[in-house]
Amino acid sequence: MKLTAEEKAILEGKEGQTKAKIMKTLVEFGELFGAKRFVPVTHDGHLVTSFGIGLLKPVYRIMDEIIDAGLKTDYPFTVDPRPIDYKNVKCGVLDKLIFSKIMYSKQKHYEEQLSKIGLKSKDSFTCTCYLKEVGNTPKYGDILSWAESSAVVFANSVLGARCNRNSGMLDIFGSILGKVPEFGLLTDEGRKADWIIEVKTSSLPEAQILGSAIGMKVMEDVPYVVGLDKFLGRTLDDKTISYLKDFGAATASNGAVGLYHIDHLTPEAKKLGKKNLVKENAKVYVIDDAELERVYKSYPVMWKDKDAKPTLCFIGCPHLSFEQLIEWTEKIENALKQSGKKKVVIRTIMTSAPKVLEKFKTTPEYKKLKDFGINFASICPLMYTNNPIAGGKPIITNSNKLRTYSKSRYYKDDDIVKIICGVK
Amino acid sequence: MAKKEKTVFKGRVICSGTYEGECVVSRQGLNTLATFQKSALMNKKKVIGSDQNNPDVYGKNLTGVALILPQTIGSTTGGLVIQTICQMGINPAALLFSEEIDSLAASGVILAKNWENSKIIAIDKLGKDILTAIKTGDKISVSVDGTVTLLQKKEEK
Repeated sequence: MKLTAEEKAILEGKEGQTKAKIMKTLVEFGELFGAKRFVPVTHDGHLVTSFGIGLLKPVYRIMDEIIDAGLKTDYPFTVDPRPIDYKNVKCGVLDKLIFSKIMYSKQKHYEEQLSKIGLKSKDSFTCTCYLKEVGNTPKYGDILSWAESSAVVFANSVLGARCNRNSGMLDIFGSILGKVPEFGLLTDEGRKADWIIEVKTSSLPEAQILGSAIGMKVMEDVPYVVGLDKFLGRTLDDKTISYLKDFGAATASNGAVGLYHIDHLTPEAKKLGKKNLVKENAKVYVIDDAELERVYKSYPVMWKDKDAKPTLCFIGCPHLSFEQLIEWTEKIENALKQSGKKKVVIRTIMTSAPKVLEKFKTTPEYKKLKDFGINFASICPLMYTNNPIAGGKPIITNSNKLRTYSKSRYYKDDDIVKIICGVK
Repeated sequence: MAKKEKTVFKGRVICSGTYEGECVVSRQGLNTLATFQKSALMNKKKVIGSDQNNPDVYGKNLTGVALILPQTIGSTTGGLVIQTICQMGINPAALLFSEEIDSLAASGVILAKNWENSKIIAIDKLGKDILTAIKTGDKISVSVDGTVTLLQKKEEK
């Protein structure tokens, strides 16, 4: 990489050994991918590491080093959701003991560390930082030092910002230096599509299965999706944004997609068009109803008793948008009418960003869902289900990401609403 | 006459080192968090692959062996997970990528090298043939120049 005089001075330790080591790490990272230079970060950060797992010793040690060196991020940052919330997600004594004393024993300490280096506020814990209510919304062309696979793919694809799939720690390092190595998804060439995905389904595909199918097929390549605008339209309204949020999260967790284009819909596809965005020898993947069903049926059920009655349901991984909370109210209301029940029959937790929930709590829909027995929280369902006790429970979800990282069983939206409302 | 299968592969050295011993082959993208999280969270002395969606590594010991894979996939905690298992000393001895290393695995090995003094070996661009020519349980060697050699097939031992 060609470094400026200032960057060389940092690398040589003129601004301290910690900053030099941070610079060395990012230079090596960039050189591995052929980066020629650093480019400045132009927007607030977002970090993936939000959980104080005791065993993540490298994180706390490096954070202490950063704090002792007096370093802070250039821009404030948001961070992924907290793992636990005893007030809204009640736990048994044993769960609590495992969470607080064993698994997330460093949570308080880590949040203090985050505050010292640039955390925006105590309400900044969500994986959907880009939603308008939260306000960490980059504009087209912004350069980011973000991690969190679902946020990175959203920022790149739906907002047209530029961010590589950075790992935890490197998100902090780029935010502290205020610059990131320029390669991959930060370049015009790196944003061109390697795949054309032809959607030939009979109706709008389930976002989480379509994303899963594409992620598993293309891995870290860039897909250009045609045929989806037929169902989604050509305007990025709140409903479409919510769909793309869930679709992207599945491409990134079931594969390693950092950017996708949707023909006639996402900003670069609209601006540059298929002809300019798809590479010459792009491969083609056709997705029809049968292919989606094949993918859906391929998900293993990891419950000990595959016929067990579910005891808990998580909806909202990634966190639900305001639009989705309103939609779920209607779905649950209709399903309860159908089953003749007043409340859901399975403990159900909907997760959403603190700021989105704050807004939702002012609506009549919130009261309805509370009356239906729904609980709300801003935790990360993945972190919550990721413990030895929860691992053994029959948990259901409509999140392909949660399915991937836990033993939770995945159901389509229409199926899960029937299950939680007791529709036979 | 049957086509002679390739037994020597040359890649790009990211972190050099030598290794001789068994390997585990993941023919699909390896989800770092899903694979390593359970053993790391439980503070185990060895990593047993816990990704239920990847039968190639599920239930297999991954500590101290050479792990052959196309790339890593999934959560952006991936690099941090690699750094942490290196700090805990339960990492694979070598990560051998058939494709170009992805950004998360790259972050992991660079973080492990610079911040944990880890000796994890990483070689990429070995070519997709390595995923079929070498099978889990085969004995391989890794040289400092990025050469991976199949020494003995599992069934021949």
